[in-house]
Amino acid sequence: MPGGNGRRVAVVAGCRTPFCRAGTVLKDVRAVDLARLAARELVHRTNLDGAEVDQVIWGQVVPSALVPNVGREVSLLPQFPKEIPAYSLNRACASANQAVTAAHDQIVLGHADVILAGGVESLSDIPILASRRLADILVEASKAKTAVQRVKAFAKMRPRDLIPVSPAIAEPSTGETMGQSAEKMAKENRISREAQDRWALRSHQLAAQGSADGRLTAEIVPVFPSRPGDPIVTEDNGIRRDTSLEQMAKLKPVFDRRYGSVTAANSSPLTDGAAAVLLMNGEAARALGYEPLAYVRSYAIGAVDPGWQLLQAPVFTVPRALERAGVAWKDLGLIEIHEAFAAQVLSNLKGFEERGWEINEDIINVMGGSIAIGHPFGATGGRLVTTLANEMKRRDVQFGLISVCAQGGMASAIVLERR
Amino acid sequence: MPGPALTWELADGVAIVTFDLKDSPVNKFSRAVKDEFLATFTALEQDRAVRAIAVFSGKPDNFIAGADIEEFVTIGSAAEAERLAAEGQEMMDRVTRFPKPVAVGIHGACLGGGLEFALACHYRVATDHPKTQLGLPEVQLGILPGASGCQRLPRLIGARAALDIILAGRSERAPKAFRLGMVDELVHPAILQDITIAAARRLADGWRPRRRRPGGVLAWLLDRNPLGRRLVFRTARRQVLERTKGHYPAPLAALEAVEHGLKHGMAEGLKREARLFGQLAVTDVSRKLVQIFFATTQLKKDFGLPNAPPPTAVQRLAIVGAGFMGSGIAGTAIVQAGVDVRMKDADLPRVAKGLAAARALLDDRLRRRRIAKYEYARLAALLSGGDGYAGFGRADLVIEAVFEDLSVKQQVLREVEAAARDDAVFASNTSTIPIARIAEAARRPERVIGMHFFSPVDRMPLLEVIPAARTAPGVVSTAVGFGRRLGKTVIVVKDSPGFWVNRILAPYANEVGHLLAEGASIEEIDAAAVGFGFPVGPVTLLDEVGLDVAEKVSQVMGAAFGERLQATAGVTALVKAGRLGRKSGRGFYRYGGGKKRGVDPAVYELLGVHPNGGPRLAEILQRLVDGMLNEAARAVGDGVVGTPRDGDIGAIFGFGFPPFRGGPLRHADDLGAARLVAELERLAERYGPRFAPCEVLQEQARRGSKFYP
Repeated sequence: MPGGNGRRVAVVAGCRTPFCRAGTVLKDVRAVDLARLAARELVHRTNLDGAEVDQVIWGQVVPSALVPNVGREVSLLPQFPKEIPAYSLNRACASANQAVTAAHDQIVLGHADVILAGGVESLSDIPILASRRLADILVEASKAKTAVQRVKAFAKMRPRDLIPVSPAIAEPSTGETMGQSAEKMAKENRISREAQDRWALRSHQLAAQGSADGRLTAEIVPVFPSRPGDPIVTEDNGIRRDTSLEQMAKLKPVFDRRYGSVTAANSSPLTDGAAAVLLMNGEAARALGYEPLAYVRSYAIGAVDPGWQLLQAPVFTVPRALERAGVAWKDLGLIEIHEAFAAQVLSNLKGFEERGWEINEDIINVMGGSIAIGHPFGATGGRLVTTLANEMKRRDVQFGLISVCAQGGMASAIVLERR
Repeated sequence: MPGPALTWELADGVAIVTFDLKDSPVNKFSRAVKDEFLATFTALEQDRAVRAIAVFSGKPDNFIAGADIEEFVTIGSAAEAERLAAEGQEMMDRVTRFPKPVAVGIHGACLGGGLEFALACHYRVATDHPKTQLGLPEVQLGILPGASGCQRLPRLIGARAALDIILAGRSERAPKAFRLGMVDELVHPAILQDITIAAARRLADGWRPRRRRPGGVLAWLLDRNPLGRRLVFRTARRQVLERTKGHYPAPLAALEAVEHGLKHGMAEGLKREARLFGQLAVTDVSRKLVQIFFATTQLKKDFGLPNAPPPTAVQRLAIVGAGFMGSGIAGTAIVQAGVDVRMKDADLPRVAKGLAAARALLDDRLRRRRIAKYEYARLAALLSGGDGYAGFGRADLVIEAVFEDLSVKQQVLREVEAAARDDAVFASNTSTIPIARIAEAARRPERVIGMHFFSPVDRMPLLEVIPAARTAPGVVSTAVGFGRRLGKTVIVVKDSPGFWVNRILAPYANEVGHLLAEGASIEEIDAAAVGFGFPVGPVTLLDEVGLDVAEKVSQVMGAAFGERLQATAGVTALVKAGRLGRKSGRGFYRYGGGKKRGVDPAVYELLGVHPNGGPRLAEILQRLVDGMLNEAARAVGDGVVGTPRDGDIGAIFGFGFPPFRGGPLRHADDLGAARLVAELERLAERYGPRFAPCEVLQEQARRGSKFYP
């Protein structure tokens, strides 16, 4: 979508760390280090001179209390001059999409030529909160002027105050967890357990195939251990190469144990990982000698009432993006739909179908999706942009779509074009 | 009276004195400067408006670097040197006894006479800047702090801490100096002047700083009673002897000056200090150390070429080969030069190992608190790697440190040329292969050069830069310049087998095999060399270098120079038995827990020899040393080094040729060519033609000439 001044935004390259289930091989790597690793490797892989970068924009949904602005820490990598402004943002699971589209806007406006956008999440590195009472006691003690006052403050403490509070995954506005919402959508949209398991199996099989033939792994940068002897992490560890419908069928539903259909197998896992995307003004890309993978044609964001179908906003957002792009659904050669839950993907597809759009599964999530690969909230959008742009180049597809549902009833849609 | 170096102005009762020596990058004490100081102080004493004095340096990052060494070397006799020291002491005494308070604000190097001056002042403020270092490096030049430093420092910070600094010729960064009590305050550079002037004013108002010597009970036990002090001195003397093996008189003399002063009072101490200074100043050891100092100072400005073009500042370094050398270069480049380093090796596990090894240098710095945690994070982020050439397109300099094999190195060169920019420099860290041969595979041979690092890279101070015939001059400057940023002393040497260091080491190392075959023991051989002043003997050196590496080198040298530098089969036999030296835990010696554990008797069996007497120690030594001197002379004749200076510095910094002997060429000069030729002829007759004196020495013997004028 060129701006009034004719500036177009090129996707030059992208890469990401392996996506690994939270609490596994990346649990000792801080989110900020994952983000910096992805960004630095992208600089190396593109032979980019760090001084060319005008801005850094980074998505993160659950920031660490110690690194509140992860974007700035990325832009303070020694490969960059220290004068690159940066910010971090949160549009839930669409945060990295938001980073990409925010970068797009800055470039189209002429405020920047080169932007490094991306996202990160480490659910192994989330802030654990002290209980309200403990927090009050600590504040009181820190304000105490005498030792006696301090002892008095601590004297109020009870053992149960020491129990930490973990951040909620329930919607603050509805009290419903994401899984309960997915369960509700499965029922309301009549998505069967078997259909969900089939989609999950497909996700694993295609991801395994994409990893085996190197298309997925080409985007992945290795994470070297900080302690000698620890393994080098080179691949996503959520992909099950040998799973089957039978195995999946054995799992009990998590959110409605009697009549439910959403299981651990047909949901995306909690994941650690980071992704980075290099975006440039098309002219600047050519001047610097880069051949863009694709260009941003249009995007749209939208939201629905979270109390309705929490993850169904793409059904309203994608049409808006396509309309802005002037591209018809049938012109799309590749589609990446974020897979929070199989129930959600199938609900989204059903919604599209109801608009009269024909669903061609052969062009959807051709290397699997978040169910298999994993879903580090803040980073997924970066993976989708990179994967889609690379595959559009491989297949020489002119138009591609990214559709992401997000917490809070939101959605992001981006249309890329090859030329 | 404003002179050329000192100026002062009055600010509200305080005279702000600025020391700024004209036409010199740093401030130094010379006779002229001293006279000016005395004259200025006289003027300040007489000027009634002056209530206090604050002294600063006018140089941006230097306070006072010490005494003028150019002037020092003109001293002809011990008596003259003693007088010089006494005059220095008088000037310091004048400062201390000055009727008005003198405060000093220190930013930048404050060394030798500079520190002695600061110690004589009444109040010391230093900046907390990394450039601010305080120390007494005199013993490194074979002398001692003769302008009352041996008296004032122990009185200020205690004998133990003072000896640590004086005997090692060490400099301390400002925060450490503050902890030790060498300075009274530590401040940000921006407020140095304000704080110093304010202190001078407070002193004038009658305020007296209270100094509490740190250290508690231990300090009281050891520093503040005669019994404890005796223990301190005994321990220090033993440590000095262990370190110097009796070859360097200066630390012992400094020890004596400190001890005498503490026992018999300041006045006696000063007398002894001046006398010892006089004696040391004219020793051969001091002369040699000063020559080395001048040589390294000159080398810092010498790019090894006439009219060298300015170097390209390397910002991004790429390294092929993440092994021991590659990771050593990577770690050193990050720690010393702060450049972006990209490593590449054939597979990720090797890269991971290399990255970890390079980062270990950073870990070490963090542990020793040389860098803060945030600096560690920044420096660690400079280091990255992969199994492909990603990132090489950004590199200004690519160094290969792959297996020592011509075709492998040529293959790497081709791959790098495909991945790197056209103007990137390709440097080979080969120890033996001629650079011109490697460059045959190059599309841009003018960008190809040799950079021969020594192992372990972070600790070995020498770098040989080897231009090939077609190497562009700017590439030489860039390689030399980058080597210096890594903290290396760089010599530019000719592209010939073994370059300089390995060339002259070859006969020395080869002789080990001959000596063992004749029944010498490993301990004897090493002891002979250590007795001469080498840090380790040739057998230990082989183990350190790695026997596989040594074997490779000796094969190349044998092939290039024929019988003269042909190695015996000994090392090969050990390599075949899996003994690669220290790195494999077994070589000639056994190693365990990072330490040498003694000679492995099984080695004699493997070699089929018996240590049953063999040549006398003196004979062993002559064979080791004369062979090396002969080859060094021959290499000079071949133009391997541009000047004898480069050759001597290369030998001293490359493998620890005894500095007090000035280097192999200096040592040959001292022996005299005639004597050396005679010795070599005798050795040749007795042990074979490998000892035949080279043409250069024969010519010198005939004409009575020397390497150095």
